[in-house]
Amino acid sequence: MGIKKYEELSPDQIEILKEIGNIGSGNAATALSSILGRRIGVDIPQCTLAGFSEAIELIGDPQRLTGGIIVRLSGDFDGMLLHLFEAPFASAVLSVLTGRENVFPNELSEEDISALSEVGNIMSGSYIAAVANMAGMKIDMSVPCLAVDMLGAIISVPEVELSQTGDTILVIKENFTIDSVEVRSEILLIPSAGSLGGLLDRLGAAT
Amino acid sequence: MSKITVGISDQKLCRSPDELVTYALGSCVGICLADVEAGVAGMAHIMLPDSRELPDDKNRAKFADTAAEMLYRKMLAEGASSSRITAKIAGGANMFAGISTLMNIGERNVAAVKEALKRLNIPLLAEDTGLNYGRTVSFSAKNGKMTVSSGLKGTIEL
Repeated sequence: MGIKKYEELSPDQIEILKEIGNIGSGNAATALSSILGRRIGVDIPQCTLAGFSEAIELIGDPQRLTGGIIVRLSGDFDGMLLHLFEAPFASAVLSVLTGRENVFPNELSEEDISALSEVGNIMSGSYIAAVANMAGMKIDMSVPCLAVDMLGAIISVPEVELSQTGDTILVIKENFTIDSVEVRSEILLIPSAGSLGGLLDRLGAAT
Repeated sequence: MSKITVGISDQKLCRSPDELVTYALGSCVGICLADVEAGVAGMAHIMLPDSRELPDDKNRAKFADTAAEMLYRKMLAEGASSSRITAKIAGGANMFAGISTLMNIGERNVAAVKEALKRLNIPLLAEDTGLNYGRTVSFSAKNGKMTVSSGLKGTIEL
């Protein structure tokens, strides 16, 4: 308990956060698999703690056009869940749900946007349900919001929020594969520093 | 000509013919100051409007009010004249309506930057602010031109 800054996390605790990401994204992959009827894999989780500019650089080119579905988390746990995706992922989803491939990023219709948001919602919901279940926490989710914009501008949203309490961001990240092909679709769990203590405590990993 | 990158809650100066650039501003605001005659330009990338709301935060480059003044002082120290310094600004978008706990943060950032410029008597020559998309901003010390590009809306020069 009592973690106030990300920097107070021990290496063991960071390993536990990666495991949380692993469990959350494993559940999200199962949900996506049943929507698409395809095999969804999850890469090795990464946990990154960095300054705001550096964190964006580590995730990708700040100017790269990216889809982002963001969900705000509250209740026993405070933070954001961000699902980033690019064209191959959008095509895989839309070919099943709207029959419109190759429309990302410029030609998304209202229907495409709502289909992508819905998939984001299901994946986020599965991710968070797994984490909440494991930690015995009640985690509320906001309605998902979708934007297609520069990667840096999307990640700046949680960063601005975190800038009120510090100058760093902690990201727990996994990349998904579809039929073993990397499609650049990642879920990022961004906990507030203040809610890490409670989470680790529930998992018996508080210092 | 080289391009100097300004990070998040960061600020830098450059001399003609060099350029400053900051990438993918969302609700953050890029403040560009120039004295073209002296060939000096400065850029700040601010995240939050008001340093007085977080008095314990030591990172003064993060806030509109303190960052604008810091940048202005650096410009003067670098030989810019207070009578010639002018400003252009960009950013302050509202990226995902309804997600942030910070209400209208982009709008508040823009208002705070304008107020700081007014207090420092720096004329604001141009702005590309608000709406709901990210912006990359380049600024030339040679001619004081600000170039704003976005993911889906193209590039404009101000």
